[in-house]
Amino acid sequence: MVAWGGRFGPDGLSLTEKLGAMSWGLLALLLLTAGMGFAMLYSAAGGELRPWALAQMIRFALGLALLLSIALIDISRIHRFAYVIYVLALVLLIAVEVKGSIGMGAQRWIEISLPGFHFQLQPSEIMKIALVLAMARYFHGLNAEQTRKWTSLIVPCLLIGVPTALVMRQPDLGTAVMIVAGGVTLMFLAGVALRWFVGGALVTLGSLPVAWSLLHEYQKQRVLTFWDPASDPLGAGYHITQSKIALGSGGLFGKGFLEGTQSHLSFLPEKQTDFIFTMLAEELGMVGALLLITLYLLIIAYGFGVALRSSSQFGRLLALGVVATFSLYVFINIAMVTGLIPVVGVPLPLISYGGTVMITLMVGFGLLANVNVHRDMPIARGSG
Amino acid sequence: MRQDIDHRKQFTRRALFLAGGQVVLVSGLVGRLYYLQVVEADTYRMLADDNRINMRLLPPLRGRIADRFGEGIAVNRQTYQLVLVSEQTESVADTLDHIAALIDLSENDIRWVLKETSRRSDFVPVTVREGLSWSEVTRIEVNLPELPGVLIEEGQSRFYPYGELVAHVTGYVGAVSEAELMASDPLLELPGFRTGKNGVEKIFETELRGNAGTRQVEVNAFGRVIREIARQDAATGEDLTLTIDMGLQGFAARTLGEEAGSVVVMDLLNGDVLALVSSPAFDPNAFNQGLTSEAWQALLNDPKAPLINKAIAGQYPPGSTFKMIVAMAALEMGLMTTEDTVYCPGHYTLGNHTFHCWRRWGHGDVGMIEALKQSCDVYFYDVAHQVGVDKIAEMAERFGFGAVTDIELTGERAGLVPTKAWKEAVLGEAWLGGETLNVAIGQGHMLSTPMQLAVMAARIGNGASKVMPRIARSTMRPDVPFFETLDIAPEILAVVREGMVAVVNDPVGGTAYRARIEDEGMEMAGKTGTAQVRRITTADREANRELEDIPWVERDHALFVAYAPLHAPRYACAVVIEHGGSGSGVAAPVARDVLREAQRRQSVRWPHEDTNRLPGQEV
Repeated sequence: MVAWGGRFGPDGLSLTEKLGAMSWGLLALLLLTAGMGFAMLYSAAGGELRPWALAQMIRFALGLALLLSIALIDISRIHRFAYVIYVLALVLLIAVEVKGSIGMGAQRWIEISLPGFHFQLQPSEIMKIALVLAMARYFHGLNAEQTRKWTSLIVPCLLIGVPTALVMRQPDLGTAVMIVAGGVTLMFLAGVALRWFVGGALVTLGSLPVAWSLLHEYQKQRVLTFWDPASDPLGAGYHITQSKIALGSGGLFGKGFLEGTQSHLSFLPEKQTDFIFTMLAEELGMVGALLLITLYLLIIAYGFGVALRSSSQFGRLLALGVVATFSLYVFINIAMVTGLIPVVGVPLPLISYGGTVMITLMVGFGLLANVNVHRDMPIARGSG
Repeated sequence: MRQDIDHRKQFTRRALFLAGGQVVLVSGLVGRLYYLQVVEADTYRMLADDNRINMRLLPPLRGRIADRFGEGIAVNRQTYQLVLVSEQTESVADTLDHIAALIDLSENDIRWVLKETSRRSDFVPVTVREGLSWSEVTRIEVNLPELPGVLIEEGQSRFYPYGELVAHVTGYVGAVSEAELMASDPLLELPGFRTGKNGVEKIFETELRGNAGTRQVEVNAFGRVIREIARQDAATGEDLTLTIDMGLQGFAARTLGEEAGSVVVMDLLNGDVLALVSSPAFDPNAFNQGLTSEAWQALLNDPKAPLINKAIAGQYPPGSTFKMIVAMAALEMGLMTTEDTVYCPGHYTLGNHTFHCWRRWGHGDVGMIEALKQSCDVYFYDVAHQVGVDKIAEMAERFGFGAVTDIELTGERAGLVPTKAWKEAVLGEAWLGGETLNVAIGQGHMLSTPMQLAVMAARIGNGASKVMPRIARSTMRPDVPFFETLDIAPEILAVVREGMVAVVNDPVGGTAYRARIEDEGMEMAGKTGTAQVRRITTADREANRELEDIPWVERDHALFVAYAPLHAPRYACAVVIEHGGSGSGVAAPVARDVLREAQRRQSVRWPHEDTNRLPGQEV
């Protein structure tokens, strides 16, 4: 149906029109948020651009280019390649699994070396977006009535279940939780009958003991020390305890930029990755933390706006799927560093140092911008 | 199309539901932040400071101990140690090789350093060698540019410049013991901290120790010091001045020589102990550095007991030096006058026991002065038999026997003055008349320390006060001593003094005439004593063995007590030489030399201390 010719497809939108409809507000919010991240990485390195802040800026710039390119692609083309992307992500995930079982030990990434640029690709991160694409495409193909049927649960459950099982084997509890939560949110938004969610919740509760027995020892330890971090102040509980001390000692206005004692004296572990929110809240106080949360909320609100204005189910699901994934990162990370949930290793989006997450998120926001650009574009229900 | 619109409406509803859920979650997170950063902020600020701020103790400098002239006898010496910070050096092994080329470094040292540097964080300084000499320090300093990570650290350690000469007085310092740690002075937990273990170092430990300073430093999670936040310097311990005159102390020790025994010299006016020698001694510096177990065992097992301060912890029968006490008891009771004589045939019979005089053929008719001069045993057997042991004991206690003198030293013992009640209580037996005769010549159960003997001589020489010895005369104790009155009639004292003068200065029969001081105005009065270590059997008496034939441990102890000068007593002295043989032959010459030296040094001392005289005391 869609010809390969025409750079921006047969959707009838010119490049100028697309750029005009581009989500410039979103870009501004992203830039502000990432800017806070650069500042914190600069502080984490003790007032140096290296080793983290500069690398993160380059990644963000790269991500920005990627975002713009993706936003301009014809949305129906994205719809068409949704499954292909999902399958590719799955293949990568299996590749890591195979590589790990061959004897490299537990590995979550594939080394990617490009000239002048080296990073570790985590297929599980890509999967988060790929799953959103696949789910959006699947539910786009169903009308409201079909969506309510129990048979329409089979494919989504498989789409969610297979990567979840693979990620659990790595083992990466945080990502697994995020994949399941993202997938289930999409099913909810797509219009799956509410009774399935009630049933699913009951089944989950019932199977908790089984799930517990499947957890790795260190994962169990994390959950256990979460309930009582003081029981092991120098072991697994150390991270939570030190993080809370850093947060609390920051107070309302913080100790000042570059002045965080907990982070700069190395009491705070992983300050440039998973615990960067703690460092921000220590140096900039609750005021700084609220500023960041506000930026996040604005991004999320922007995503809701894009989703609600989209004329196609694919666009709506894609937009809110990206937003849901993004907000999951935010909620899980902040809840984790404030000691509300166990430490599961989820980074703070746009702030934490890390290549794959940054790229994944920017691709996600590219898709969100794409939906915005193509909000009035109808997409055929079939597979083309 | 209608269905699509419914579908879209459903999406909108659910999206809003989702948004609602997210608002709830965000509220939860904000609430949590409020709790941590506002409600509990103070608690966490304190915990953060606990994390980063470390209190470091700064050890105080130990107070200095000096003799009466301010001559340092326990001082602090600068020490140098070589430390290595492994993060500042490229190769620990290479640097160690380089150091070994400059100063002595054993294979063991090198192995230990390599182990320590690999075990600890690389910014922690590891001690390579302690106690560097000054020339070693300069050799290292010159080569420092080629020795990255090498530092010379300065410290202070206790040093006793006189070595073993006053070891029993100063005592020594050593590592903190478990029992001391209970006292919970955090200073004691500092590695390498030393506390007084003996002598005045122990008695005045609290004063000498001083107070710790503190240093607040900011540290990171690995304990590396980032910067100093606050500092309060340590307060040096108080200095201590002793009554000892190191010149006299050294002279006394040299005079005593290799003998096992002790010499005590006291100022009999104010109780100042001018010399206190216990021989053999030990080197207190060795304890500070840490004694090898072999060296420690050797000290412990030495039959001459170098670790024991014999002057206050050695208990000996006083022998004939006790006869003045018996004489004074008899005079006070009015049982004897100087005119009364006793016939000495060389032995004395009580019941079916025979008690011998040291002179086999006897002294003939002797009066009290003569009996003291010649040390006639039979005279005192007879007198003691009349006086009774309890009256003798009473007089002995008045002159300082049977109780500790409370001198500021460790390990002092009380000796023993037997009484009827004592025997009843301790041995559960009735007192026998013969035992009184043994006490009369300072034998039997009677035990005294050289310090007690010096006190007796001092009180006889002083005549008015119950002089008590003291060894510390710093600001820590008042300098004007208070003594109880001796409460003895001058006529009685005059008799025993006359006897003691005769012992040394009467060419006819004075037992210590050969040990007299001939210098005009320095003459001394004294009394010899020879204390039996074992019971003398009839066989021994028959054999009449020479000193050389008797095993050392079975030989008699030689004793001598004296005061000088005769006409204006100022110094009292007691000499006890273990297994030395006779008091007149061995102990008296030592006392003579020491007392003469004490008087010769008077001109050195007097400019400082004429104030020490007591009112009404003629000098």
